[in-house]
Formats: sequence, C-alpha cells, structure tokens
Amino acid sequence: MSMLGGYTETGETDAVGPVLRPASGGGITGARALRRMARAVRSNGKATAGAVLLAFFILVALFPGVIARDNPNAEIYPRSLSPSLHHLLGTTSFGQDMYAQVVWGTRPVLLIAFGVGVGATIIAMLVGVAAAYLAGAWDGVLSLVTDVLLVIPLFPLLIIIGSYLHGVGTLVMIVVITATGWSFTARQLRSQALSLRNRDFLQAAKVRGERSLYIIVVEIIPTMTSLLVASFLTNALYAVLFSSSLQFIGLGNPSVTSWGTMLYWAENEEAFQIGLPLWIIAPGLCIVALGAAFALLNYAFDEIGNPALRSARSMRGKRVKRPA
Amino acid sequence: MRFVLRRLGFFVLTLWVALTLNFVLPRLMPGNPALAIIGKFKGGISPQAVKVLEAQFGVGSHQNPVAQYFSYLGNVFTGKFGTSLTTEPGASVGRVVLDAIPWTLGLVGVTTVLAFILGTGIGILGAWRRGGRLDSLMPPVFVIMTVVPYFWIGLMLILVFGVKLHWLPYFFSYDYTLTPAFTPSFIGNVAEHAILPAFTLLITTIGIWILTMRNTMITTLAEDYVRMARAKGLPGYRIMLDYAARNAILPNLTGFALSLGFVVGGAILIEEVFNYQGVGYLLLQAVNNDDYPLMQALFLLITVAVLVAILLSDIATAVLDPRTRGAR
Repeated sequence: MSMLGGYTETGETDAVGPVLRPASGGGITGARALRRMARAVRSNGKATAGAVLLAFFILVALFPGVIARDNPNAEIYPRSLSPSLHHLLGTTSFGQDMYAQVVWGTRPVLLIAFGVGVGATIIAMLVGVAAAYLAGAWDGVLSLVTDVLLVIPLFPLLIIIGSYLHGVGTLVMIVVITATGWSFTARQLRSQALSLRNRDFLQAAKVRGERSLYIIVVEIIPTMTSLLVASFLTNALYAVLFSSSLQFIGLGNPSVTSWGTMLYWAENEEAFQIGLPLWIIAPGLCIVALGAAFALLNYAFDEIGNPALRSARSMRGKRVKRPA
Repeated sequence: MRFVLRRLGFFVLTLWVALTLNFVLPRLMPGNPALAIIGKFKGGISPQAVKVLEAQFGVGSHQNPVAQYFSYLGNVFTGKFGTSLTTEPGASVGRVVLDAIPWTLGLVGVTTVLAFILGTGIGILGAWRRGGRLDSLMPPVFVIMTVVPYFWIGLMLILVFGVKLHWLPYFFSYDYTLTPAFTPSFIGNVAEHAILPAFTLLITTIGIWILTMRNTMITTLAEDYVRMARAKGLPGYRIMLDYAARNAILPNLTGFALSLGFVVGGAILIEEVFNYQGVGYLLLQAVNNDDYPLMQALFLLITVAVLVAILLSDIATAVLDPRTRGAR
C-alpha cells in the first residue's frame, strides 16, 4: 500500500515497553538506557553497520572540502565528461563536477534529517506525553489533533505547501516536514505514557506533591529513551525520503546542491538519454545508503529493546509512511 | 452503531480540516502567492469563474475573510472548483480532473489489486513454510525496499528496460502518434505502456501485504483449531487456506480497503517519472504552472479518497470483527 499519507501504524511497538524495568527514579533510567544502547550498538551487527554508515555521512557532511576540492556549483569544466581520475563521476551537462556535487550534497540532506528527527520527536513527546498524563479534555483535544494530522495525506500536503512557497530551502524544509510529520510518533508515545500512568513511581511522585511538569520531564520522559531514539530514527528516515522527493519534483531550492536537486536537474536534462546515467544513479544510491543507515539502526534498536524479536528472525509488520 | 457514528464524525471533521487548509494556506504564505497569478488571468476567464477564485484565494478585497470562507465552502459543496488557469487555460477544473482520473484508476487501481492478491498469497506461503527459502529471503529485501525512493526505482527500471534494452516504452500512457480508440492494437499499446509504471508500483507496495499476512498467519497457525485440523488428518492445503489463512486475513482486508483510498494520490511520483497523465501527474503539472485552483481541487480529491477509504475500512472492521466494536 503506498503510504503517501501519514496513516500508518507500527502495530505492536506501542504496547511493548522496550527498556522498561521497574524504575526507581527518572534520570538514572535514562542514562542507563543510553549506556545499554551504546553497548548494544557494538554487539549487534545491524546496529554497527548502521552506525558506521551514519558516522561516515556525518563526517562527509562536516568536512566535504577535504575529499572534494572542486566547487560543486561552478560550471567550469567541459560538459558531460565520462568518469575519470579528475572527475570521479564525470561532469554534468552544465559542466559541474558530479563527485563534488554528491559530496557537498550530503550536508543539506543530513541537516534536514537531523532537524526533522529532533524537531518531530520533541513535538511528539510534548503532545503525546501531555495527552496521556493530563487525560480528560486535554487528552481529547490533543489526540484529536494528532489523529486528524495522521490521516491527511502528507506528501500531497507537502507538495501544496511547497508550491506556495516557491523553492523550499533547507530550514523551511525542516520546519514544514516537522510541522506535518510528528503525529505518528505522538500517538506511539501517548500509548506508552498511558501504560505508565498508574505505575508506583509516578504515584509516589504525585504523593510527594511534585508538579505535573516535573513529573512529565523528570519521571516519565526518561523511561521512554528507546522509543524516543526510535522516533528520531524513523522521522530522520522519512525526512530524507520526503525532502529528496520534494526536491526531485523541483520544490526544493534548485540552487542548493543536494541529492534531491541533483536528481531534479538530471531529470530535467534527460540524463539517461544524453548518456549520463551516473547523474541519477549516484545521488539515488546516496539516498538509499543514508536511509539504510537510519533503518538499520532502527531495526537494531527494535531488537535490542524487545528481546522477543531476537531469537526468531525479526520480520515484523512495519507499516511505513513514504512518499508515493 | 456508536462506533460508526463516531467514525463518521471524525470523517466530517477531517474533511473540514482539509477544506480549511486549502483556504488558509495560500493566505498564510508570504504575500499570498495566488494573488499575483490570478490577477494575470482576470481578463481571460468568465466573471463567474473570477467570483469563485475570489472566494477561494481572497483576490477581491470587497469581501471580508469570513464571508470569503463561507462562499468558498459553498462553492466546494456545489461543485464549483473554478477554472484551470494555466494547465488547460479556461477549462473547468472539474473537467480537467475527470479526464485524468480514469488513467490513475486504471494504472494504480489494477496494480493495487494485483499487489494485494500476490502479496497475500506469498504471505500465506511464507507463513506456511516458515523458515523456508521464500521466508528467509523476505526480511532483507523488505528492509531495502523501505529506504529506496519509489521514483528512483522507476528511474532505474527506465534505465535498464527502456533506455538500455529498448524492451518497453516509458513515456506517456500510449504512443501519441496513435488516436485513442477501442481497438485491440490501441488497447495493447496502452497495456504495454503501463507495464513499467505498474511494475514499479507493484514491487514497492507488495511487501506490506506479504508481511502483514505472514505475521498474522503465524499466530493463527499456533491456534488449537489448526492443531485440531491437523489431528483430523485434513489435507495441508485445506488447513493452510480454510483454517489458518481465513482467520488471518482480516488485517489484510482492512488494509486493502485503506489502500484503495491511496489509489488516487498514491503514485504521484511514479506518474511523474513515466509522464503518465493521471491525477498525480496533473497535480505536479498544476504545481509547476502555479495553477492553484486545479492544485487545490486535486489535493481535496486525494484527501477525500483517503478519508472515505478510512471510513469504509473502519466500518468493514466493525462489521467483520465484532471484538472491535466496543473498543476505542
């Protein structure tokens, strides 16, 4: 089913409390969970592969100039060259160095992935936990907003917004995808928080007379560390796919070099027909590799957080929202 | 009954939100981008169409936003979506959209049904022979498929089967030197043009059916009534189909109802890549041309299709599975 909208369900994940042990206090649990994750990343093959891939892309995004000295935008080389030692991937039909474009194009994609991953997770966390904890009318309103956003087809909505904005730059891209994409995680976090509501340590905090804000931030949220990490990874993955798709159809800022805009120009220039297939293959493979990094980490954390999956080969109904 | 009413209420609410988004978004954007575009076309279209546009985008300053909002809602409910500005200048938006719908329904609709049938079948076999070759091949393939952009798969297929091997056409929905007619050769031509986009869609959507079917069926295979059937010595295919699969198919069926909603707007990028003149392609045409009335109507159409499908699948679940009626 093509998940162009956000109508998705990760099925089982909601109900399972991943790193939930009877917790004595908030902050300690969070730190412990993070440490456990770090250990798990080293011992789980998928996690290691994902982490290495992601680290590689982060390094490239931080220091693109080290491995690609050419200016990615300068149209100064002979046009449509085949790959050679001077131009590892050849040149575009505008005379730009394709390798430099791929390397420099990493930065905006990663910025969008991390921006949306963090932003959507924070909004989802606030909305989801507040809904579950405050209950009553608040829960009604917040859940309704979440559910409505969940069923509006996300990708067409992004297309509409992008078309009004005329050329969505990196920052606006982050804002737009975050603002429309948080609902899925909010729902998961809400069910997780609901299952916590009557636990003893929360009752204890209430009896101590702590304020709601304190309880939410210090007592509830740290117990959700692994869900939050999963939410970050999922949202980052979708941000990569959504933003690349939007850029591909020309709704990005065409003068910013990124993988999606490379695909846009390549398609515009009919790269296949003029014998420059690498113009389409290379940025596409980068999107796949970066997406795989987030997906591998996500699958691995699922296995780490939910030991039931480890024995049998995990193949769980992961419903995904994706651009069409 | 209460469940159905509640879902119906939710349907109305979401529909209202979508309508309101259409109205509010252009007004929220810096400088109301629609203003400039529509101003340019004011002379070329009928006064009645101008009125519809004024309500939709707030071009005329003589009405306050609240009044604009209500006449906009009125226009939508009476089917006045305005006039296409640039894509097919002067044509009514309704007609332009109606021309595109059959192509999308044909391509995406047929492929969705195919993916459902094939995927469910493979899922049943995968669960039945758990751990077999088919079963162990699927997880890694599915991981890869979740991270590959659909449109890029389409592009790669074009490269291999279109550009390199010259096996299949990959542009438009038929050879446009032909005149559309109900002749075998024309229909064959249309079918030939549909193969690559349909295949792209099939391989990107089939995974979800396989997975859901397999996972639910694995739980039903562990049920006592399956063991009972085995003990009775029933033939394997009967246990597989009548006992295990039959009881496991509900999630797939409701999922199928849902996916029908995504037929209309679910293949936007695939239609774009193959220049296949359906709803998604039209939407992107409208976007590229700043044809805002057409764009809004298409967004509404896509959203309504999804909402109706969600409503139907909710009702179907309630009818087919009594346990869900009390829930939520």
